[in-house]
Amino acid sequence: MRGHREAIGVAVVVAALIVAPLGQGNYIAYLLCSWLMLAIAAMGLNLTLGYAGRISLAQASFIGIGAYATSIVTLAHYPWVLGMAVGVVLCFVVGLLLGFPALRVRGHYLAFVTLAFNSLFFLVARNEDWLTGGTYGLSGMPRPRIGPVSTSGQLAFYYFTLAVALLAAVVLRLIVRSPWGRAFKALRENEVRAESLGLDVRRLTLLAFAIGSAYGGLAGAIEAPLVQYIDPGSFDVVQSLSLLLMVVVGGLGEFWGPVLGSAVAVLLPEALRVTAAYYLMLYAIAVILLMTRCPGGLIGLARRIAARPARRRGAAVS
Amino acid sequence: MTSPHLSVRGVFKRFGPVVAVNDVSFDVAHGEILGLIGPNGSGKSTLFNCILGQTAPDAGSVEVDGRRVTGSRACDLSLLGVGRTFQQLAVFPGLSVLDNIIFAAQEHRGGMLGRLFMRPDAGLTEEADRMIEFFRLGAVRNKLAGDISYGQRKLVDAAMAFMAGPRLVLLDEPAGGVNPTMLAELRERLLTYNREHGTTFVVIEHNMDFVMSLCGRIMALAEGRIIADGTPEEVRAEQTVIDSYLGG
Repeated sequence: MRGHREAIGVAVVVAALIVAPLGQGNYIAYLLCSWLMLAIAAMGLNLTLGYAGRISLAQASFIGIGAYATSIVTLAHYPWVLGMAVGVVLCFVVGLLLGFPALRVRGHYLAFVTLAFNSLFFLVARNEDWLTGGTYGLSGMPRPRIGPVSTSGQLAFYYFTLAVALLAAVVLRLIVRSPWGRAFKALRENEVRAESLGLDVRRLTLLAFAIGSAYGGLAGAIEAPLVQYIDPGSFDVVQSLSLLLMVVVGGLGEFWGPVLGSAVAVLLPEALRVTAAYYLMLYAIAVILLMTRCPGGLIGLARRIAARPARRRGAAVS
Repeated sequence: MTSPHLSVRGVFKRFGPVVAVNDVSFDVAHGEILGLIGPNGSGKSTLFNCILGQTAPDAGSVEVDGRRVTGSRACDLSLLGVGRTFQQLAVFPGLSVLDNIIFAAQEHRGGMLGRLFMRPDAGLTEEADRMIEFFRLGAVRNKLAGDISYGQRKLVDAAMAFMAGPRLVLLDEPAGGVNPTMLAELRERLLTYNREHGTTFVVIEHNMDFVMSLCGRIMALAEGRIIADGTPEEVRAEQTVIDSYLGG
């Protein structure tokens, strides 16, 4: 029953996303693309942090790796798919390596290890200008062609981004609904107990980092042709913190949390633009209120509201 | 003569100047229920951790079914058929009771990559439901393990230890904090499981009534050494045990 409700909800949202940019300007399509791109990156971070319980403040660097890999490959006139594959595989491998410190350290210490990695990536991207263009960055990345169809128009690229985001969501859904999803949660909740029940904690921790990072790489592969200009500043620690905020605001360890959280981060400031200079203040206050009143994020808030009538009925019966 | 199920030989563990386990050797036969008693700090939990790969012993060896497992990782021991419960409650509070129990066996199903393509329940719901029924947890089956009572969580903990069908289970203070009704239930469930499956148990316990009525053999530890080993009656009558642990 719950599964049916969810399927209907998803169908309605997908239908809404299909019609959303119609009749709107390019800017709206661009905003929606940015949201979907960040949602992909946040979904990956949600797997690492929300499901597996390993903090990472390096997700922006994986978007960067994916974006630079895609840019370099497509600027060399190779297809986008190849650039995306290179970026995703590279992020998977680098994420796997970044997972090794997570076998030794936890919490704040792990946060600083990953933060240091993000800073390291920023410095490499800034200083190795033979590869990355340094502070000038890379520009003019072509948008992908799907057979005879070009996605160079904003609307076409939006539908392309939507398709990639949906595919990424389906794959992640299959992962977290499989026994792996339960294992990730067990790892988060009690690693010693999970290991005593046969879970190879080392392997799963590394996989949580690798898969989460690969999603960052996929988001980067969208960002490069979306913005058509990348520089190291787009992938700094502030962006990683922003992704962390998206995951937490949406609901840590909730499948749809990152999608909602990134919507809040990208779309809400736009909606609040009518309040002129106050919009950032209002946004900050909204986040503070949400986090203090409902640490389960927006999904937690929705659950609480949905449970209210049932609680009331229970109270009336008792 | 059949080989022992668990064989511990000369296990020694020191933490700085403190010798926690001092040259401990013993065997546990297949299907036996062995109780480990002793005052706090006598080395029981350290000995458990040395057996279960959570602490590396400084010297000595541990064998399960004649296979040397000293220093093996806990996950490898689990796959060899060694289960355990913890002194502190060790359920997954954010998972439902059913998911806790399914997880307890899913890592024993197929390879890691294969599990990615399995049904979400890894085909274990029926088996988990049987375990839920065996431990009489039906009323809380779909509740989060973090939302049920302490005694019920102890039963979930025990159900998890048995779910993968282990042949040897080490129980660390299973009676701790459990009310008398639930305790009788737990003892009865453990005895039934031992009788029906021939599972070997090693039980650390401070509750003397519980351990004496559950175990066929008791071993007493003090200051890291075995000071008595025999039937409950023999150990209860042992003067060194009375002096160091049971009291007058």
